[in-house]
Amino acid sequence: MTPRQRRLALVAGILAGVSVAALLAMRAFQDNVMFFFDPSQVASGEAPVDKRFRLGGMVRPGTVQRTPGSLEMRFVVTDFKRDVPVRYEGVVPDLFRENQGVVAHGRLGRDGTFVADEILAKHDENYMPPEVAKAIKEKHGGVMPVNPDHKAVPRT
Amino acid sequence: MDWTWFHKFGSPPHVYRLAGTLTPWFAWPAGLLIAAALYGGLVLAPPDYQQGDGFRIIYVHAPSAWVSTMVYAVMATSAAIGLIWRMKVAHAVAASCAGIGASFTAASLVTGMLWGEPMWGTWWVWDPRLVAQLVLLFLFVGYVGLRSAIDDLGRADRASAVLAIVGVVNLPIIRYSVEWWNSIHQAPSVMKMDRPSMPIDMLAPLLMMLLGFTLFFAAVLLVRLRAELLRRERAAAWVKEVVS
Repeated sequence: MTPRQRRLALVAGILAGVSVAALLAMRAFQDNVMFFFDPSQVASGEAPVDKRFRLGGMVRPGTVQRTPGSLEMRFVVTDFKRDVPVRYEGVVPDLFRENQGVVAHGRLGRDGTFVADEILAKHDENYMPPEVAKAIKEKHGGVMPVNPDHKAVPRT
Repeated sequence: MDWTWFHKFGSPPHVYRLAGTLTPWFAWPAGLLIAAALYGGLVLAPPDYQQGDGFRIIYVHAPSAWVSTMVYAVMATSAAIGLIWRMKVAHAVAASCAGIGASFTAASLVTGMLWGEPMWGTWWVWDPRLVAQLVLLFLFVGYVGLRSAIDDLGRADRASAVLAIVGVVNLPIIRYSVEWWNSIHQAPSVMKMDRPSMPIDMLAPLLMMLLGFTLFFAAVLLVRLRAELLRRERAAAWVKEVVS
């Protein structure tokens, strides 16, 4: 081996070694890296009990209820397989709306209701002018269609 | 085949002159493209159906983020070439990349925070995509720090090259963070195999901005490379000729 080939092998070795280390680290920390759990993970008991965690999914249409005269609201987070009811008191981001992604931070109560103290909105990667959105909505009976395979929906 | 033109890339005075000649050929198109893309993105493109005019920060945010990873790839490749073929000019290219990359990374983080507050409802969360991009900033800054901590130029080149190569592992993590893990950040709209998730009048200024930022990076890299070559070769005869 010439010195140059040795250095080439060294660089390749560094890359391979670091990649393996990163892969192992990512496998080990898989759960900690997840920013949120989806309703299916909550249903299967993957989400922590008696500990704060983040719940992510879509706001199921027709489930948002606001208590008049207060900031309290209830809605259902879904991944189109499982549902989790959420209770929250406070201000929500402008992008919080039905059929849109949402990430709630809080605790799961004994009755199965997720009590959130922070609500973040997650938007998908689709951008379009209002006219186009209106035309699509009209074609689908007034609601934006959601493709369950779509990346906007949290993966299970 | 005659390889003289290729071997000339190993010669600092040749690269110094070449970089000086090439700079305006990148700088002018970059300026024109960025100006046109700003007009296209901020004025001509329609507002988004959900985010209104707020989505327009994408025209700075996404190109900054793309170019930041591109700069890292260029830096690590040059560093590897410098390490393997003992090529000083390649080390000089890598050293010239770091500051530019750190700036683009910082720009992507700051514009991302400005975008996240009104849309997501938070400036910052410890989300995989956001953290991976922050690590990229630390890699660039760490590279600069490591170089300046070692007095001997050859050792600084070799040590920082190893750091640059190690950091390459972060690039796929940034790209796929939104697909491997649940993230608050949306999936890619443009950088994917599928059709882009936006109409052409929104997409065209975005791609123009990407090309503009890329050419801007090339122009700044050439200017910085000339300065870096002068600094490294300050004892050489050709530098005395250039400077006098």
